[in-house]
This record gives sequence, C-alpha cells and structure tokens, in this order.
Amino acid sequence: MDIVVCIKQVPDTEELPHIRVNPETNTLVRESVKGIINPFDENAIEEALRLREAKGGRVTVVSMGPPQAKEALRKALAMGADQAILISDSSFAGSDTLATSYTLAMGIRKIGKFDLLLLGKQAIDGDTAQVGPGLAEWLSIPQITYARKIEVNGNQIRAERTLEDAFEMVEVTLPCLATVTKEINIPRYPSLKGLLSAKRKEVLVWGADDLSLDRKRIGLEGSPTQVIKIFTPQPPPKGEILTGEIPEVADRLIEKLRERKIL
Amino acid sequence: MDFTLSDDQRMILELVDEVCEKEFAPKADEISESGEFPSQNVKKLAELDLFGITVPREYGGLGMGYLTWTLIAEKISKACATTGLIFGANLLCTYPLGKYGTEEQKRKFLPPLASGQSLGAFALTEPEAGSDAGNVQTTARKEDGHFVLSGTKIFITNGEVADIYVVIANIDKKSGARGLTAFMVEKGTQGFSFGQHFSKMGLTALPNVELIFNDCRIPDSNLLFKERRGFKVAMRTFAAGRIGVGIGALGVAEAAFEKARVYSRERVQFGRTISSFQAVQHMLADMATKIEAARYLLYRAAWYLDRGEAFEKLASMGKLYASEAAMEITTKAVQVFGGYGYTKDYPVERYMREAKLFEIIEGTSEIQRGIIASLVLKEK
Ligand SMILES: Cc1cc2nc3c(=O)[nH]c(=O)nc-3n(C[C@H](O)[C@H](O)[C@H](O)COP(=O)(O)OP(=O)(O)OC[C@H]3O[C@@H](n4cnc5c(N)ncnc54)[C@H](O)[C@@H]3O)c2cc1C
Ligand SMILES: Cc1cc2nc3c(=O)[nH]c(=O)nc-3n(C[C@H](O)[C@H](O)[C@H](O)COP(=O)(O)OP(=O)(O)OC[C@H]3O[C@@H](n4cnc5c(N)ncnc54)[C@H](O)[C@@H]3O)c2cc1C
Repeated sequence: MDIVVCIKQVPDTEELPHIRVNPETNTLVRESVKGIINPFDENAIEEALRLREAKGGRVTVVSMGPPQAKEALRKALAMGADQAILISDSSFAGSDTLATSYTLAMGIRKIGKFDLLLLGKQAIDGDTAQVGPGLAEWLSIPQITYARKIEVNGNQIRAERTLEDAFEMVEVTLPCLATVTKEINIPRYPSLKGLLSAKRKEVLVWGADDLSLDRKRIGLEGSPTQVIKIFTPQPPPKGEILTGEIPEVADRLIEKLRERKIL
Repeated sequence: MDFTLSDDQRMILELVDEVCEKEFAPKADEISESGEFPSQNVKKLAELDLFGITVPREYGGLGMGYLTWTLIAEKISKACATTGLIFGANLLCTYPLGKYGTEEQKRKFLPPLASGQSLGAFALTEPEAGSDAGNVQTTARKEDGHFVLSGTKIFITNGEVADIYVVIANIDKKSGARGLTAFMVEKGTQGFSFGQHFSKMGLTALPNVELIFNDCRIPDSNLLFKERRGFKVAMRTFAAGRIGVGIGALGVAEAAFEKARVYSRERVQFGRTISSFQAVQHMLADMATKIEAARYLLYRAAWYLDRGEAFEKLASMGKLYASEAAMEITTKAVQVFGGYGYTKDYPVERYMREAKLFEIIEGTSEIQRGIIASLVLKEK
C-alpha cells in the first residue's frame, strides 16, 4: 500500500509570543521562528507508518514551502517515512489555498501511483482546512475529512469522521484522500537510529520546472484570495484593582462605571 | 579537553529533552507516589534506541560512547530519577558484556539489551557482602559442563523486571575474593527465583529485589571472562557505573536547584521576593557552583573512558562529589521552600529522599574516599 502524506511546516506554538506580522507585506515574520511539523500532520505520518507496518508498501512525505521546510521532512524521515520531497520555488510564493492545493496536486501526479493520500485536518497557522478538499478535487479522487479512525480492507477504506456531536462512518474505494484529527493516534517519537539515518537520506527538491504546471495557477497569480490586512491584535487593557476601605472603594467604583457609561 | 557537541549529539539531546519534558517529568511525582514500575518510560527509552547508546553497531547499538550516554542520563535523571536508575542499571550489564564477553555472548545478549527488548541487572551485594564486596557467599559449583549457583543476592536494581543478569559468585570459597567469578544468568533459568522486595525511603518505584539461586544450573558458556576474575569484572564495572550513579545524583540536584531558583523569585516575605535576601542568594550560588563542578568531573571521567585513558579516579571523585552535592543541594532546596518544602505538595522533599541513595550505592562515600586516597597515594 503506497501512501503519500502532505505535511506543512508551521511556527512552533510555544514561540507564538514571538511571532509578528509585517504590517507592510501582510506576511508573517518567519525568520528566527522555530518551525515544527503541523501537529495534525504528525498524526497523518503516524497513521501512514502504522498502515505500512500492517500492509507493507511505501510512505512518501511531501511538503510545499521554503527550503527550511526540509527540516520538517527530515523529522518525518526520522519517524520512519521512506522518501521525502520538497516542492519549493520562488514562483510559488504568495500561494493561497487554491494555488497550494494545485501545486501539491501536480507534485503528487509526478510521484505517480498511490493508494492513499493523508493530510492533517488543518494547519495550525493558516487554519483553513481547505488544502485537503482542494487537493482531492484537483486529483479527482474521493475525500474523507476529519477522520478519527481508518481501516483498510483490500481496496476499501472505512473511516469514522468526527462531526460536531456525532461521528459518521464512511466507506470509500481507494485511491482516496483523508484528513485526520488528533484522536486518530499518538504520533511516535523518532528513534535515534531513525534520526541518524534520516540525516543521510536525501530530500528530493522539485521546483516549478520539474512539474508540468499551468503557470497561471501558481503563486500570487494563481491565488484569487487577497489578504487585505493582517495585524497583531492589541492586548486587552490591564484590569484596574481598587484598594482601600470598602465604602470608599465602592464610591470610586461607581464613579468609574459612570465615567464609562456602564451605569 | 574539548566537550564540543557534534551535530549528532545535539540532535539526540534535543530529542531526549523533548521526551523528558513531555513524558518523564510530568509523571515523576505520580510514579513515586504509586511505587509502580514505570514500564511506559522504559518502553519509551527502548523505542528511542536509548538503551543501545554505548553498544557497538555490530551488536545492534549506536556505538556512541559514554560521554553521550552521560549527557543523556543527566537529562533523564533530572526529569525522573527512577527512570535514570533503571537506565543506569542496564549499563552495568552491557558494559561488562562489551568488555569481557565472548563473541558468542555478545551476539546473544547485546542486541536484546541494546533494543530494550531485554533489561539488564548486575548482582553482587549480599547480606554479608556490601562494602566488603569480596565477601560474596554465593557459590558456583562445577558440574559436567555446567556451573551450579547457590546463594542469595539483595537490593538488586531492576530486580525481577530484568531479563539478563551479571551475577558474581565464588567458585572456591577458600580463596576468598580470588575465587570470585562472573556469570551471565537469564531470567527463567531453573533454580533462579525472586524473594523479598525492599521497601525504601525514596525511589519507591525502582525495583530492588532479592535474587535466590537454588542449585541454579547454567552452561559453561555463560561464564563471563575467566574463572577467578569476577572481582576484577565487578570492580571495573563499578568504576564505569559510578559515572552513571554520579550523573543520577547530579540530575536530582539540578531538578531541585531549578525548583528552588524559580520558587525564590515568586515567594514574597517582608514585602519582597525571598530571592532578594542575600542568605537565599548565597544558597542558590553554592548550589549552582556545585552542580557545575560535579558536571565537569563526571563529563571528564566519561570522556577519559571513551578515550581509553585511566578514568577510575575521576569516576570515583565524580560519584563522591556529585552524590554529596546532591544531598546538600536537595536539603537546601527544601530550606528555600520553607515549610512548603517539607510538604508533599512540592517535589523538593522527594528529591531529598532520592538524593540519599547516591551516597550509598556502588560504593558508599567512605569507600569512594578510600579508593581515591589509594589511587592518589600510588601516584608518583
Ligand atoms: C500570514 C499568512 C498569510 C496568508 N495569506 C493567505 C492568502 O492571502 N490567501 C490564502 O488563501 N491563504 C493565505 N494564507 C494561507 C496559506 O496560503 C496557507 O498556509 C496554505 O495555503 C495552506 O492552507 P492552510 O494553512 O489553511 O492549511 P490547511 O488547509 O488548514 O491544511 C490542511 C492540511 O493540508 C496540508 N498542507 C497544507 N499546506 C501544505 C503545504 N504547504 N505543503 C504540504 N501540505 C500542506 C497539511 O496536511 C495540512 O494539515 C496565509 C497564511 C498565513 C499564515
Ligand atoms: C536502592 C539500592 C539499589 C541497589 N542496587 C544494587 C544493585 O543493583 N546491585 C548490587 O550488587 N547492589 C546494589 N545495592 C547494594 C549497594 O551497593 C550496597 O548497599 C552498598 O554497596 C553498601 O553496602 P551495605 O549496604 O552492605 O553497607 P555496609 O557495607 O554495611 O556499610 C555500612 C556503613 O559502614 C561503612 N563502611 C563499611 N566498610 C567501611 C570501610 N572499610 N571503611 C569505612 N567505612 C566503611 C559504610 O560506608 C557505611 O556507612 C543497592 C542498594 C540500594 C539501597
């Protein structure tokens, strides 16, 4: 069973306090922010590895992003993936979810035959959950979103989808795409042997020229979405603590509430 | 002397940090309270290949040396001393096997120990043989291509959870320590069973058990090194093991210091944080200094061991210094916490109970001073 996992490198949430938006370009200031594998994508990798352990086959991880996304791919190799591909080109910059899913789809076409395509349910930075569905459409394959359990029998896949207050059981014929939630498994840590051997494995890098793409569908040009403004929300003003004798504090409180037209 | 870390070491330590922080540290209190063997932690160590750090590649390990092992053990012990000691006891099995084992023994025992599929233990101590390690009463009788072991070991770390044991027994009691011989014994061998569990003041989840050998027959091929060379095997193993015990103590000291440092900046008395009082500052300064001093003694010992230089004196010094520093630092940490430190609401009282062990095992502080003195007096 050949599985392709799409992973995105995202800023480490533990570093969120240090993440800033450049007000002129409306983009994240990503330099010096540590990158991690999008947490749901780690679940997708884990699920792929478990399926491979049960059914054999190969696990290929793919990421679209800047050169430093190689680190995320190396971690996936260390966890046990067989092959890693980075789709990277300056002409991909500014891609929205439509252009991202198109570019990824063209990369996956180049990989060739696969049985299952696994993604995280959403990226913790972009948060749209659109890349999975977009990708399935570009590749004309069925999709199962928010899968919390997956079983493969022959060429059938049966999955439980997490809904708001229920779950849905669906059955689909392979090849298909699934996006997974964190309930599906607990991702493994890479082993030291995996870590050391991943260092010696090569990460393939494919640019725009390596893929057969319609240039009008990639990067800024292929992105109908326009970001009007991105900004760091102002922290809410600090609360004020009134101290002193209770009757006097109560008077001051009423005064302040009047000032703000709350009373 | 150069302790610059390689990229591989840095990468490994980063991963170990993550596992310690997410998996081991949050469970340390619970493990100590319940006294239940932390099998999940051991499984994690195995999955990460950590048991194989020093085992050569051809026997399924990573062949990375003792300094790397030491740096890893420091982090594990800081997060959870119990897990650190389990990790350390395994080394007492892989080390003598690697050094003295036959090709056949290494091929049989090292791969499962390196993968963590089997856990190791080292058994010397007996009721009559503690500091006086030469006074082992367990006997090994030769009988048609076998050795037959009889006797009792006490306090053995990894007790009944281990699978592979290095056991010291006497093949010729008349010769005293010169009759001592080391053997490999596998769990499940007929005549080998477990007795009493020792109930302890700390490290309650660390298995320390009596091993009972009752006409336990093991094949000739399980003789480790040579007949009558068991005392040497034991002393060499302890020499290396002391780096592990020292680093365990250091991990506990580091954890206690870190808790005290943070607490001192939060606790307010007399309208100021207690970290503003010079008396508290001096305690923290001494703690931090001793931690650094212990660290470099132990790193240097491990580095000498890796380079094949005489490391025994440094290992004894590191073990002695780190364990006594840990006792002092954990006691001071309780002091910084005041009354709260004495309660079970904070982990510092646990660290204090844990620290005490390190002044006792693998040669008490008194025995270490004896070893160090005899080594320095021998120097030209
Ligand atoms: C500062 C900022 C500005 C942005 N501006 C725009 C914009 O102008 N217009 C717009 O439409 N979007 C914008 N985005 C979103 C950006 O284009 C998306 O990050 C990208 O298209 C993926 O969408 P997502 O992050 O919402 O991923 P989701 O759709 O939430 O991701 C779902 C899954 O898809 C896979 N996946 C997602 N991205 C990749 C990837 N690059 N490589 C491999 N697999 C992947 C992963 O498995 C992931 O779990 C912006 C994001 C940020 C942080
Ligand atoms: C938790 C735990 C784990 C252990 N794990 C193992 C294990 O895995 N394998 C194993 O083989 N053993 C193990 N031991 C045993 C441990 O190594 C011994 O307890 C230790 O060596 C001390 O021996 P003893 O307890 O008999 O003390 P004793 O030797 O009776 O010492 C009592 C006191 O007398 C002092 N003393 C003794 N002789 C001298 C001397 N010549 N000069 C000065 N002072 C002296 C000692 O320093 C000490 O203060 C473990 C013990 C514990 C508590």
